[in-house]
Amino acid sequence: MKHGSMAVLLQQLINGLFIGSVYGLFAVGYTLVFGVLDILNLAHAAIFTLGALTALWLTTGAGLSIWLAFPLAALFSGALGLVLDRVAFAPLRRRADSNLSGLISSIAMAIIFESAALGIFGARTVRFPEGIFLNRVWRFGSVTVTSLQVEIVLTALALMLALTAFLKRTRTGKAIRAVAESERTARLLGINVDGVIALTFIVSSALGGVAGILYGLYFDALAPDMGRSIELKGLAVIILGGMGSIPGAILGGIAFGLSEVLTVAITGTSNLRDAVAFTVLFVILVLKPSGLLGRGRVREA
Amino acid sequence: MPGFCEKTPGGKEVAMRSGSGNNLERIAAALVLILGFTGICSTALAAAKEARLGFALSMTGAAAAYGETQKNGALLAIDEINAQAAQDGIRIVPIFEDDASQPQQGVNVFNRFIAADRVAMIIGPTLSNTAQVTDRIAQQAGVPVLGISTTAKGITDIGDCVFRDSLTELVVIPNTIRIAKEKLGIKKVAVFYGNDDAFTKGGYDAFKKALDDWNIQILSEQTFAKGDRDFSPQLTQIRSVNPDALIVSALVEEASGIVSQARQLGISSDVPIIGGNGFNSPSLMKNAGKAAENVIVGAAWNATSQNPMNRHFAEAYTARYGSPPDQFAAQAYAGVYIAREALLRAGSIDNRKAVREALAQIRDLDTVLGKFSFTESRDAKHTPVVQIVRDGKFADFGE
Repeated sequence: MKHGSMAVLLQQLINGLFIGSVYGLFAVGYTLVFGVLDILNLAHAAIFTLGALTALWLTTGAGLSIWLAFPLAALFSGALGLVLDRVAFAPLRRRADSNLSGLISSIAMAIIFESAALGIFGARTVRFPEGIFLNRVWRFGSVTVTSLQVEIVLTALALMLALTAFLKRTRTGKAIRAVAESERTARLLGINVDGVIALTFIVSSALGGVAGILYGLYFDALAPDMGRSIELKGLAVIILGGMGSIPGAILGGIAFGLSEVLTVAITGTSNLRDAVAFTVLFVILVLKPSGLLGRGRVREA
Repeated sequence: MPGFCEKTPGGKEVAMRSGSGNNLERIAAALVLILGFTGICSTALAAAKEARLGFALSMTGAAAAYGETQKNGALLAIDEINAQAAQDGIRIVPIFEDDASQPQQGVNVFNRFIAADRVAMIIGPTLSNTAQVTDRIAQQAGVPVLGISTTAKGITDIGDCVFRDSLTELVVIPNTIRIAKEKLGIKKVAVFYGNDDAFTKGGYDAFKKALDDWNIQILSEQTFAKGDRDFSPQLTQIRSVNPDALIVSALVEEASGIVSQARQLGISSDVPIIGGNGFNSPSLMKNAGKAAENVIVGAAWNATSQNPMNRHFAEAYTARYGSPPDQFAAQAYAGVYIAREALLRAGSIDNRKAVREALAQIRDLDTVLGKFSFTESRDAKHTPVVQIVRDGKFADFGE
């Protein structure tokens, strides 16, 4: 009996780690723009959805293998990010209220993207064809893990490391941080501010697309509104992990996922899932206002 | 339109309304004349009385997919009946109208059927939601109405003119549990259902009552909400209690996710998954693939039955429409034959009261649904079936 309940707990922790990594993947791209550049882009969930639906179309409509469709759909998501920046944010950048007006115009873009998905793919739930890739199931005693789950967790961790290194070590990464610090100073230093912001949007949106494709592959139920449920969680995860912290986004995602899964496991219903997860967020923010890995606003001091 | 023959030589029905007075009517009238002269219709027209039936089906809107197979099933039955009108002395003149899956449009259609078309009887509407509104109009006017797909509670409580040939979950589910217990000897189960939807919650209530009645122990009850995609926390809990079977009340989208995630989590295929009407769709196999094997589903119509009447129906339907019939087509087809039986027994094609009385008397009529009777409360009574998924298809599991 003791052994049995340990196995259940272990399985639930794996379930939580996995769904948490999905949230983390979504939040990593989100936090590049939101946490690093301080721009709230509410069209990120729409790009997440379009990335998944594009990969689906490339495999079923154009007949490509998933290994080709995956990078193409990620590139397409990146291109959407460029469109987003040029249409919704760049024209407003000179305004004093550019952050707020950009937020509103990103909502407009989200609606346009979602309507486009609705028009092209219809309101029905669509799925990847069966057997499009090999998803192995591993069993260790009574604990089950699938290869796709492992791949998703590893992708999340790899992206976390790569992005952190990118921001810390590369010239472009440093430029992004300089722009985040002060656009004016960055411009004076000869940094192409508009170019850097556009690039950040491209990278962020490509990551959003990757998260959407992996999410779509795993749950295999794609619909134009699939981004809605994850959108708010993504924001919560970023705040929970600490604004602007890439490892924080992943850690916050996992904390969020674990609290969700354990709530469902204990109560036997998914009704309280979001309530408990957001309560955890609230409690952590009260105890540590800058989030799990947030450093506070030191750079403003 | 006395003497109107609604079939063109190609066998396609000419949709038209009385009193429209347009070109279509003139062309149709000319066709009737030509056909009449060439003798194609003349035998049928000789003695048969013509009964006007109004069909209110959802050809557009949310339920359009169901409405289409319902119309197909009904047309097949009507053509068969009219082909032997000379012997039976009764011809059915159908008037098809689209209720657009909307109660408001259903009301318009019913009013027209009752006042303008003066139909003997109305068949439809497709959705229970619409029937809740339209059937009251029929009841007030004293026009018998036969539902062929409405399964919600309380529809036939509207009044003594309201009938249906579609079995409700309250009949199908206890039968499913009985067969599962007899054949598999299940003693303890886990139950998983959507608790924020009237249909899935209703299915759960029916399951719970049936499980209590058959002394089957419920080890664990878990719920999910509409739009959930991750069911692994609940399924992990269910796996840990080692049930003999997993009972699920869900619509087909969630059902597919639950079935595939349950198998992936290692709930072995020795543990059957038993579903309600929400599972009763070929999309379950399309979505869940191999994981759907051995899923057990209760249904009103046995697609695999080899009795001659059913085989004839399936073959004729497939030949005419190019795809096999589903439960909705079968219930529509049976509904037309039930209406014909009532008209024959009533001995009248326009006395609505007599038709109502005759309908209420129907017992043990041979239909594609099996031996069909109306209960005292005018609900359908026939043996439901239980199906099991084998090689990606529904196969017979027991009656």
